[in-house]
Amino acid sequence: MGEKITISPVTRIEGHAKITIHLDNDGNVEESFFHVEQFRGFEKFSEGRMFYEMPQITPRTCGICPVSHHLASVKACDKVAGTEPTPTATLLRRLMHKGQLIQSHGMHFFELAGPDLILGFDADPAIRNVAGVVQANPELAVKAVKLRAFGQEIIRRLGGRRVHPVFAVPGGVNKPLSEEDRDWILSQVDDHIATTQVGIDFLKGWVEEHQTMVDDFAVFPSMYMGLVQPDGALELYGGQLRLVDQDGEQVEQFDPCNYLDYIGEHVNEYSYLKSPFYKKMGYPAGVYRVGPLGRLNAASHINTPLAQEEMAVWKSLNGGRPVEGTLYFHYARLIETLYSLERTKELLDDPAIMETDVANPGGQITGEGIGCIEAPRGTLFHHYWTDDNGVIEKVNMIVATGHNAWAMNHSINMVAKKYVDGNNLEEGMLNRVEAAIRAHDPCLSCSTHAVGQMPIDIQLVDADGQVRDRLRTD
Amino acid sequence: MGKIKVASQWLEACAGCHMSFLDIDERIVELLQHVELTSTPITDLKHPPEDGVDVGILTGAIGNEDEVAEAKEMRERCKILIAMGDCAVFGGICTMRNFFSREEVLRRGYVETESTVEGDVPEHEDLAPLTSCVKGVGEVVPVDIYLPGCPPTADAIWYVLSELLEGRMPKVEGDALRYGLDGG
Repeated sequence: MGEKITISPVTRIEGHAKITIHLDNDGNVEESFFHVEQFRGFEKFSEGRMFYEMPQITPRTCGICPVSHHLASVKACDKVAGTEPTPTATLLRRLMHKGQLIQSHGMHFFELAGPDLILGFDADPAIRNVAGVVQANPELAVKAVKLRAFGQEIIRRLGGRRVHPVFAVPGGVNKPLSEEDRDWILSQVDDHIATTQVGIDFLKGWVEEHQTMVDDFAVFPSMYMGLVQPDGALELYGGQLRLVDQDGEQVEQFDPCNYLDYIGEHVNEYSYLKSPFYKKMGYPAGVYRVGPLGRLNAASHINTPLAQEEMAVWKSLNGGRPVEGTLYFHYARLIETLYSLERTKELLDDPAIMETDVANPGGQITGEGIGCIEAPRGTLFHHYWTDDNGVIEKVNMIVATGHNAWAMNHSINMVAKKYVDGNNLEEGMLNRVEAAIRAHDPCLSCSTHAVGQMPIDIQLVDADGQVRDRLRTD
Repeated sequence: MGKIKVASQWLEACAGCHMSFLDIDERIVELLQHVELTSTPITDLKHPPEDGVDVGILTGAIGNEDEVAEAKEMRERCKILIAMGDCAVFGGICTMRNFFSREEVLRRGYVETESTVEGDVPEHEDLAPLTSCVKGVGEVVPVDIYLPGCPPTADAIWYVLSELLEGRMPKVEGDALRYGLDGG
């Protein structure tokens, strides 16, 4: 083995991570590793707390998708409390979750990945960021900021706060929706549908312009997983989990409460991020992808009209087979944003959402509960065991980003081999490697809920440990 | 007058404080007229510039050796250091780990969890070891401004930054200390 390039921290992703690229003696890329560096220990330190505290404790795994944790947690708590939410409460939880998808996806496309797409992978790193986007295209930037803000406002109007809201409780939610809030949200939706469509048009143009690269940038087969409705349509809150193979054929469809029969987690010694896999096939044969790309490949269609128009395009990209290219994550993310906006409208047009019966009383403590939801980054599981009084005895969490751990590592390997020339290092090469991670929109605080961090200093170190070349972007 | 240089970093954190910063919404356009963002998690510079920045912001607690080094680097390279959010100020929810040993916490995460198959605690030269306990930033380096909240509201963050832009030391009190249901 020759040299090692370290990219630390990886930026414009959530959390702390580094990438190491190992070179052979001729300066060619041999292998690359994605190291997630943070671990906090939620699965241990929640022991001894009352179960109903979990919907407030666990959102602190991630400030970008706190609502996903809040809701997965409360779904587990419904079961621990031996109750279920009222129909209105379910509608309101779904509405808040749409707010989560809109803000997280909106921010990722325009503010995190956007600088690469709008300014270019080789743009000066000093301006390749949200400030650069504001300068290059202020009109688009302001629209994007407003799209994210809209998602955050839905969350705040329901849960009182934009980050770490206080809303769902076992059996329901803590307050009904006001007419004023319903009318305000409805009055804004169409503008944001328009912004998302501007984003989709921009992305399609970008893909067309960079088709050769898109077709060659970490494109690989895998299995895919996501929640689906009974008719096989895209689902984000309830439903069953569907796992499809690399040809798009269904391998399994199961109730998420039985996840332990289907999903195992493999530990890599080089990362705090575990790699889930399909148990019946083992690791690494049973790896799959989740998140926007995984979900659109697992679902057969989308039950809202505008998003379904795009879904039809999606399904045609690879002749009816699953879409394999990592950069298509961005397209999938925008399609899901469109879906979430359309669903926001549908939910608010349903008179049942205005009912005031928003919580059922608790029953007998059952001692165990499992909650599953599609977080922006993929399938999220919370599993709690309690004593007869509801004191937490054990916690298991499988977090969205983890399911993509293998895929992220595989992607950087492919991109590094394609673009990185160890004898002639350029920053843009390494930014492409980072972009392969970024496309997955990982959330590393989440994924290492167990402890966590993800930031880049690139060094080319020769076999004697001498720094031969260094890219440190400060 | 040149722009004020700002650097930020998240340590052992959930990113919620940076999200609350982005919750200043359109005001970011105005902010960028007065402020140059150097290294932050949402920009591509990896470390604060060696010739320093005016304001450094740290969010998150300190729970591993890399985070200790990052906090020290930020302190050395900034004139005014802000500890932002409950984790940076007090250690926050991360300090719940201090009720257990490192080994217990890691064993639960990587060996005992029900879905883990034949797991072992990760150990690697490229993974920073955990510190024995989790601390707030002020326990590791001197802090100039404490801004608590989980997260602090966008308005509180805006207040602190605008006071600094006016050349005043912000007084974090009253509504800026109000944890709970926020106004925006």
